[in-house]
Amino acid sequence: MATAEVSPASTGTKKTFKVKRYIPSENPKKTFFTEERGLWAWLTTVDHKKIGLMYLGSVTFFFLLGGILALLLRTELLTPAQTFIEADTYNQFFTLHGAIMVFFVLVPSIPAALGNFVLPMQLGAKDVAFPRLNLASLYIYIIGAIFTFIALASNGLDTGWTFYTPYSTESTSSVIWVTMGVFILGFSSILTGTNFIATIHKLRAPGITWSKLPLNIWALYATSIMQVLATPVLAITLLLLTMERFLGVGIFDPSLGGDPVLYQHFFWFYSHPAVYIMIVPGFGIISEVITTFSKKHIFGYWAIALSSLAIAFIGFLVWGHHMFTSGQSAVATTVFSFLTFLVGIPTGIKILNWVATLYKGSIEMKTPMVYVFVFLFLFSIGGFTGIMLGALSADIHLHDTYYVVAHFHYVMMGGTLIALLAGLHYWWPKMTGKMYNEFQAKIGAALIFIGFNMTFLPQFIMGSQGMPRRYYNYIDQFTIFHQTSTIGSYILGVGFLLIAYYLAKSLMSGERAGSNPWGSRGLEWQSTSPPDLHNFDHTPVVINGPYDYHKPMEEFQLGLANAHDEKH
Amino acid sequence: MGSLFDFMLPELKSPLTGASTDALMGFIHLVSFIILAGVTIAMIYFAIKYKRKSDDDQTPLITHNNTLELTWSVIPLILVFIVFGWGYSGWLNLKAVPDNAYEIQVSAYKWGWTFSYENGAQVGNEVHVPAGRPVKLVMKSQDVLHSFFVPDYRIKQDVLPNRYTYVWFQADEAGESQVFCTEYCGTSHSDMLAKVIVHTQSDFENWLASQNTGGGGTPVERGESLLTLQGCVTCHSVDGSEKIGPTFQKLFGREETMTDGTTLTVDENYIRESILDPGAKIVEGYQNQMVSYEGRLSDDDISDIIEYIKTLD
Repeated sequence: MATAEVSPASTGTKKTFKVKRYIPSENPKKTFFTEERGLWAWLTTVDHKKIGLMYLGSVTFFFLLGGILALLLRTELLTPAQTFIEADTYNQFFTLHGAIMVFFVLVPSIPAALGNFVLPMQLGAKDVAFPRLNLASLYIYIIGAIFTFIALASNGLDTGWTFYTPYSTESTSSVIWVTMGVFILGFSSILTGTNFIATIHKLRAPGITWSKLPLNIWALYATSIMQVLATPVLAITLLLLTMERFLGVGIFDPSLGGDPVLYQHFFWFYSHPAVYIMIVPGFGIISEVITTFSKKHIFGYWAIALSSLAIAFIGFLVWGHHMFTSGQSAVATTVFSFLTFLVGIPTGIKILNWVATLYKGSIEMKTPMVYVFVFLFLFSIGGFTGIMLGALSADIHLHDTYYVVAHFHYVMMGGTLIALLAGLHYWWPKMTGKMYNEFQAKIGAALIFIGFNMTFLPQFIMGSQGMPRRYYNYIDQFTIFHQTSTIGSYILGVGFLLIAYYLAKSLMSGERAGSNPWGSRGLEWQSTSPPDLHNFDHTPVVINGPYDYHKPMEEFQLGLANAHDEKH
Repeated sequence: MGSLFDFMLPELKSPLTGASTDALMGFIHLVSFIILAGVTIAMIYFAIKYKRKSDDDQTPLITHNNTLELTWSVIPLILVFIVFGWGYSGWLNLKAVPDNAYEIQVSAYKWGWTFSYENGAQVGNEVHVPAGRPVKLVMKSQDVLHSFFVPDYRIKQDVLPNRYTYVWFQADEAGESQVFCTEYCGTSHSDMLAKVIVHTQSDFENWLASQNTGGGGTPVERGESLLTLQGCVTCHSVDGSEKIGPTFQKLFGREETMTDGTTLTVDENYIRESILDPGAKIVEGYQNQMVSYEGRLSDDDISDIIEYIKTLD
């Protein structure tokens, strides 16, 4: 029995609590898996962990779908002319691939799947602030995804995931349906974002002040703000599209006196922040993993935390950099280019702080850490090529070529998806209580790294040489680059299959993981694996920062001593 | 290093538009490569040097270092300012068409390009230009968005259905360059290709003279007759005399003050707007009296009228 002086989230004034140490069981009898069993219990659950896992399942399903499309596209590009599918099919496939990967996979992947599972645990809370809303957001996501998918597939939409007018409004009104689908999906993100903001503000365990928040929470906080603010713009776009289509009010359609460039403004006003909605949660994971496997305090806590907020803020002001060649005004173009460079600075600061964290650490290259290294390398390349594309004269040459395709795959796949893999391998033992085969996991990471670079490095070169994106046929000089890229994508595919194989196998026959296999100081690791239905069987009390590796483990396992204990 | 850049970029055939871009790209690639190598080496070095020896390893408490944070914020900031300025100046140059530029009208459609010359000649998917002279393309789309991209010249510009956009370049030597459409436009987007064919000045003149100009006269001639046919000249003089509307004489490129106090320089887009939506911007001292010619004049008609107005100086 001891006492601890901490500031509870609600008041901010110092309070003294009676605390004691709670050592998590290494072999828990009751977990969230064993309680509330059965299909119906899962479908109606308000438990953030089950909801997170269901999100993870849905995201994985759509990732598989988007991935198969990508491999079909790459296969078609093996030869300069037709290989095995028609031009129209190809155009529909790349539209589907882009829309699925962006809206169904990348946007919800980290916040709604991993974030849902981890966020309340890192805060020492029993659940999110609005558990029913959380379940609602899952169903809205699924409905939105099905709706969008049907709209895309049944109309044979071939506009690319950007749905630019007037091409997209020429003959069918499918762009309205798709925008509506994306908007429904967006509602799911608004609800998750609202829920997270409320949870972070109100449900922190005693002692978790703003300066003791894990950086993953800061990243999810910044993401949530963007989700809540950006998505409503889609509603406005939808409303305007509907007015144009049904009331004949000319807004985007030049034959009615509208302006197609206006549509691009609206689209990117949502979709550019969406890019940061996709990447910023990845930053959170990197901070958690790199400290755990260096056993070291994060370098520049506030620099990393505040740079997430800076990115969230500036990220709203750079949408026009997608439109340097669109014919938008010269002043706008100049300002957008300038602001684009400013958003690069906080991102660069993060990378250097992470590398500095390694200095004098105790570094263990387990699979999640391997992915962090892969992330730092690939995402840096994504960042530098982003600077290239932000430079006005260079962008004129590179815009809408494979250079852009390679750039955003380095950012979105080399960044977000690799961070997701880091997080998945990091929290897998916590989520399932099972450990995967470490050797196979490292082979998987190596395949992903090699396959990824082989797929996308040649795309920088051919883009720079002038190969435009969204091309079904191409001129002969680009053949060698396309073929290398296609072979790379197959290696990438094998890598993902291997990951699916050993993760599935670990569920059946994996070793028991133990409550804290990585020796992390994070609060989510001070519970059993898998956690109890209510995460902790006590109220955690936090007296140290989440990265205080210089302090002994017992100081991280404190909880309120209950009345029963006091009698003894 | 130089050969690596050559590998990345196609041979530059319009140095006036592309030299700055190439130098900037080389600079960014070089600086990025140095920083990336530094970061990667540091990561790997730390991972080896500070490899975990036992689970009881103690690490020092290093929370932050303001000097370091400031250093690695300010240096990149300076670097990106350089890149911004460099890119901006290169881009200004891309926007500033030289006065002596030879003008060609471009019409983009699904899925091809039509290039029209001053003498009325029209060519599909091949644009013939003189070497050693700046060429300005005034572009418009007949349907959806397209984009005109010549990798060899480092130029690209979207082509819009509702207004004119332009690019310029100057090819120094006779030869050929590839044109791509780079704004997705449907089924045959990837076949919407064209070639720039550069002739020496005298060859170009011969080529132009040999082209069939069709029966309808040059764009300027067509524009002139349209002005009479549509009754434009009733209200707008072509000789500078005062009528109900502003005169067309020396109209193109003139600075006008509007009724709301703003000023603008008359260009293709302003004339087009004034024909289709006359009330949008009224020149100071005139009334909003003109009716819209929307539906009465085709896009080609408007282009011809603009070409005629340009000759009135």
